[in-house]
Amino acid sequence: MAKRPEVSSLAELCSSKEIIISTGSGGVGKTTTAAALGATAASELGIKVLVLTVDPAKRLASALGLQQFGNVETRVPDDAFAAAGQTPRGEMWAAMLDTKQSWDDLIRQHAPDATTRDTILANPLYQNITGKFIQSHDYVAMERLYEIHTSGKYDLIVVDTPPTRNALDFLDAPDRMADFFSSRLLRWLIAPYRSKMVNLASKPFYMVADRILGTQFLQDIAEFFILFQTMYDGFVERAQAVTSLMASQETSFVVVSTLEVAPSREAEFFLELLTERGYHVGALILNKVLPSYLREERGTKSARKLCDDSKATAEAVASAFGDADLVPRLDYMFREIGTSFLDYQVVARREAEQAALLGEAASLTRTVPYFDSDIYSLGGLLELGTKIWS
Amino acid sequence: MAGITPLLDHRLLFVTGKGGVGKTSVASAIGMLAAERGKRTLVCEVDAKGNLADFLGVGPLQFEATEVRKHLFAMSMDTEESLKEYLRIFLKVPFVSRMGTLAGAFDFIANAAPGVKEILTVGKLTYDVKEHHYDLVVVDASATGHVVGQLASPVAINELVKVGLVRNQTDWMIDILTDHTQTGVVVVTAPEEMPVSETLELIGRLGTETEIGLAAVVVNRVLPELFSGDDEAIFEQLRSGPPLDALTAQIGPGATDLLEAADLAVRLRRGRVSHLSRLRDGLPTGVDLLYLPYLFHRAHGVRATGRIAEELGSELGF
Repeated sequence: MAKRPEVSSLAELCSSKEIIISTGSGGVGKTTTAAALGATAASELGIKVLVLTVDPAKRLASALGLQQFGNVETRVPDDAFAAAGQTPRGEMWAAMLDTKQSWDDLIRQHAPDATTRDTILANPLYQNITGKFIQSHDYVAMERLYEIHTSGKYDLIVVDTPPTRNALDFLDAPDRMADFFSSRLLRWLIAPYRSKMVNLASKPFYMVADRILGTQFLQDIAEFFILFQTMYDGFVERAQAVTSLMASQETSFVVVSTLEVAPSREAEFFLELLTERGYHVGALILNKVLPSYLREERGTKSARKLCDDSKATAEAVASAFGDADLVPRLDYMFREIGTSFLDYQVVARREAEQAALLGEAASLTRTVPYFDSDIYSLGGLLELGTKIWS
Repeated sequence: MAGITPLLDHRLLFVTGKGGVGKTSVASAIGMLAAERGKRTLVCEVDAKGNLADFLGVGPLQFEATEVRKHLFAMSMDTEESLKEYLRIFLKVPFVSRMGTLAGAFDFIANAAPGVKEILTVGKLTYDVKEHHYDLVVVDASATGHVVGQLASPVAINELVKVGLVRNQTDWMIDILTDHTQTGVVVVTAPEEMPVSETLELIGRLGTETEIGLAAVVVNRVLPELFSGDDEAIFEQLRSGPPLDALTAQIGPGATDLLEAADLAVRLRRGRVSHLSRLRDGLPTGVDLLYLPYLFHRAHGVRATGRIAEELGSELGF
């Protein structure tokens, strides 16, 4: 594997790459990070950026001007930047991924003729798969990314990955899709439906399947896959193109995590996996990191003393207030303050260890402190982006 | 309606929540609490990430349930094993292992036909309930985004499959699932924007897309309140001038760090209060809302589960 040049800031990463994929487990701020990077890149670098997101928080979506669901790419108005005190030099666009719509587009594009197209679109199984089949999100997200990238409309596309059960899933989706259509099993299963000569009931598998599922259902499956196979070449070709785009020099991954146990583990696993497979890991972004003073011994000493001598301390401080009646309240508050510090210290120290461990696997790490409230305005996104930018 | 049947009097509980809110730890704690109260309980992990074993302090779990402590059994769902069990029980298919193509065929069918993996999961668990293998089955179910699909799978299959054995069996599954005294969903959430939004959305979808009851909403990781509104004025004055000097003289230079940290703790809690009230306002009336505190000292492992089980017990009035 050729050694990739490492980047030293997100500013550099956003200027040198065409696709940045924001990944990590659910609830760590993947979408917010992707949007913040996109907004900052548009405003700082003067480029045309698209933020492609899967399932944004409603208020974040409206901050980006995404009122309707669908695949429409919408420009974030300059007014929104102005309201945030910025004059963007570039353009920020945003789009939400609509799985069903994207699948329909894909079928329209690959179907050999109008009859096949309409039959597939009307097949109950197809509708079920596109709506509910979890893995279909992964595939179609990659597919859509590829399509937008090849259109050449944007300098940079920042993508927020779908909430997968397994971090591997979306990367493997194109390959799995290709494998699936080329599988011998698929051909074997639908063979009897291609040729009416074969007696279904003569084969044990069909006998069992038929008893469990009923003939109609098996026929629906067969119809669906026979039609789908006519699009096989198109799909496989596309899947390969998507896979190689992910591994190309134009693409980089940003791993987002908090320092809680479960997300950290997943981030660690994902960092390893990306590196192992030769993908470019641009940065590790750690969200909701507690301030460093919480870890200092200085505070530990004071907190212990405060808990042990809360009464004496309360008396001393009450006299500084010139109000002896305050002693019981101060006593109570001091014990709370001391205990709370020690509690947060446990967490801060555990998390610092976790951060050091994760940091070893990434060449560039940026930490983001706790914000008082969730970010749901363009101003907030730009503030976040600027904090981690250089 | 929701909340009428006490939580642990259910027979089947699906615990769900947005990724990262502590779904697995709450599912384990419910199981632990029920087992401690003498119920023969099964906890089943549906997404095989292996976290459930961590929370119960045991080695890797299998499809075959093992007793991990008194009255508490645990298993990890494996839909292929579930299919084999199904074939064995209902179709009397012998020598399943000799069906060489089964694994491949299963993989194919499960990927091709949506709902198959879901029905094998839900089917196996409702079967355990139907046959009274356990007093209570607790499912560490899919995350909020996918759980409706999982729960609605018997109905979906019923619509797709017009005849056959499966069709007959989805009937009793649906009976168990839609009986609010037997089956309920526990939604775990945290006092943050996305978890609260997803919780409210899920509860809406449960009502419109399924007939399955809501057993409880658990708010996990609630931060303690440091001091009341009155004390805050005093706190502000502590941060400078003679009071700060007096405090520093008593406890050393770390005093400023302590006040800074207390301020952070107050702000963190306050930031979450609005999400909590949005949750309370958005819930249908009568829903059991249970609060679990943030655990500073241990975020995972069987000791953390024990602590959560204890807190849950006191929330339930035990």
